[in-house]
Amino acid sequence: MSENNSGTVSLRAVCKNFRRGSEEIQVLHTLDFEVQAGEFVALMGPSGSGKSTLLNLIGGLDRPSSGTVEVSGEPIDRLSDSRLAGWRARHIGFVFQFYNLMPTLSADRNIDLPLLLTPLSKAQRREHVSTALSVVGMEHRAKHYPRQLSGGEQQRIGIARAIVTDPSLLLCDEPTGDLDRKSGDDILELLSALNREQGKTIIMVTHDPHAAAKASRVIYLNKGQLSTEPEE
Amino acid sequence: MKYLPIIWSNLGRKKIRTVLTLLSIAVAFILFGYLAAIEEALGQGVSIAGADRLIVRHKVSLIQLLPVSYHARIAQIDGVDRVGHSTWFGGIYQEPRNFFAQIAVEPDEFLALFPEFKLPAEQLENWQRTRTGAVVGKDTADRYGFKIGDRVPIQATIWQKKDGNEAWEFDIVGIYEGTKPGVDETQFLFRYDYFDEARLGGEGEVGWYTVKVGDPDRAEEIARQIDIQFANSPAETKAETEGAFVQGFAKQVGNIGAIMKAILSAVFFTILLVAGNTMAQTVRERVVEIGVLKSIGFTDTKILSLVLAESCLIALVGGGIGLSIALVLVSAGDPTGGGLPVFFFPTPKLIVGVGLALLLGLLTGFFPAVRAMRLQIAEALRRN
Ligand SMILES: Nc1ncnc2c1ncn2[C@@H]1O[C@H](COP(=O)(O)OP(=O)(O)O)[C@@H](O)[C@H]1O
Ligand SMILES: [Mg+2]
Repeated sequence: MSENNSGTVSLRAVCKNFRRGSEEIQVLHTLDFEVQAGEFVALMGPSGSGKSTLLNLIGGLDRPSSGTVEVSGEPIDRLSDSRLAGWRARHIGFVFQFYNLMPTLSADRNIDLPLLLTPLSKAQRREHVSTALSVVGMEHRAKHYPRQLSGGEQQRIGIARAIVTDPSLLLCDEPTGDLDRKSGDDILELLSALNREQGKTIIMVTHDPHAAAKASRVIYLNKGQLSTEPEE
Repeated sequence: MKYLPIIWSNLGRKKIRTVLTLLSIAVAFILFGYLAAIEEALGQGVSIAGADRLIVRHKVSLIQLLPVSYHARIAQIDGVDRVGHSTWFGGIYQEPRNFFAQIAVEPDEFLALFPEFKLPAEQLENWQRTRTGAVVGKDTADRYGFKIGDRVPIQATIWQKKDGNEAWEFDIVGIYEGTKPGVDETQFLFRYDYFDEARLGGEGEVGWYTVKVGDPDRAEEIARQIDIQFANSPAETKAETEGAFVQGFAKQVGNIGAIMKAILSAVFFTILLVAGNTMAQTVRERVVEIGVLKSIGFTDTKILSLVLAESCLIALVGGGIGLSIALVLVSAGDPTGGGLPVFFFPTPKLIVGVGLALLLGLLTGFFPAVRAMRLQIAEALRRN
């Protein structure tokens, strides 16, 4: 992460439409969005407003119908599918609402998954996994399977998986949406620490104003447009 | 292969389903292995028949005999290297169900014609010294506990003795082994000179000739020459290559090979559906997980290979279990107790079996793998 623009996000005139049967629905309208490196942005908005869709475009999980998406200076909408996959592996960490761990793999193997795509040796991978485990404070759960972990613990493993390749940008889709207040607060504290101490850029979708308050900036998505004020 | 633990762990996801799928694949391969052995046994020796050997028999049937004087006349034909004769004895050892072939031969000639029959030199010398000597294949020796030095009585069915005795007595002087798998190790061979002198009737007559030719490419032509030589004589001949002879013999058993292939095809088609269904379900249940792997950076082709590797692993494990059990069952011996003298699992068929398992894996994994590959990440994650 030597480039100084690593972790920046820049969307220009982005539109995203979905087909539903014969009708075309426009979810994002000519939207512009900038995030500086090292920011912690909370993205709010009513359900169905397109928050996940926006996050997917930034993370290269989906492509805009028109407009450009630049992340860390790279115009990712122009990459081929396989280049985009490689790019995601190197630059993005995803955290999901329902953790999405592989149920058949132990915690450490789940965290190891992104590393399989790198040329690292087995020993190096083990090193990275144990670092990630200690960052999220889960060393003692390395050999546990997801079903043996609480929601909060599973989310910590999910975060460890997201940061194990040391990406500059973390994209979190309602990371506390499935957790009780206490566990949710712990996860938010962990994300803040990653932002503060490791300089990760974080974009976090949330419904919860209390969670959004942890962010350095809150932005609202409504009727396909972004604004700094919640809609009435 | 660093992905193996992921693929392997997927098999443990629905253990009962995995076990049932493995079992059904294994059963198909047990059947495959066993039928392969039976098919090989029915086509006995076709694959090991010497391309340079001809069988010359009476034109009317194998039961009709030929004069021993043909020996010299065949030997004179251009291209013939060596000639030997054999005569079927068809006797009974203790009970009719104890079946093994007993054949009268000239020892030196016979061993020269059939180098795949291996007899230790001192046993051959012993045979040459012992008029009533017999040499027996290892399988038959093991089955009936024959040892060198034993005197074995064989009840005559075709050949009565001049002295009026019902039983012919032979002294076991040697035990032969095949030099490669597939060689019939059940035969009981004894000396023609003893047989010819002691039999009542049929003197100077033999069952069939075996002819070794110098150039296998000329085998057909030489066979024709032999038949021409004896045309219009009281005992006309039919000469053909050993392979053709054995095949003709196998056909008399009926086209069992074709029936077996039909059964196997049906079984494999069923297995294709069973394993294919398992793989299809597996991918359907894992849509979100596949989306997550892709979001992490797994490419579409990597996902395709992972699913294919999983289906191949299932097929190879199931097939491996089946083939191993088949090997054990086959090596336990001929199920008919003597009717199939050559009963073993031929190595080429084992390789075919492994290939078949791999093919099964690729076929059953193909559509699910393509489906997993095409899955759109955003779509997949919305299933959450
Ligand atoms: N793949 C898709 N196909 C069709 N419609 C979609 C698809 N993805 C999202 N949508 C629609 O786009 C809108 C925004 O969805 P989403 O981004 O998931 O909203 P949010 O995350 O803000 O709740 C919704 O109306 C949803 O139904
Ligand atoms: Mg959403």
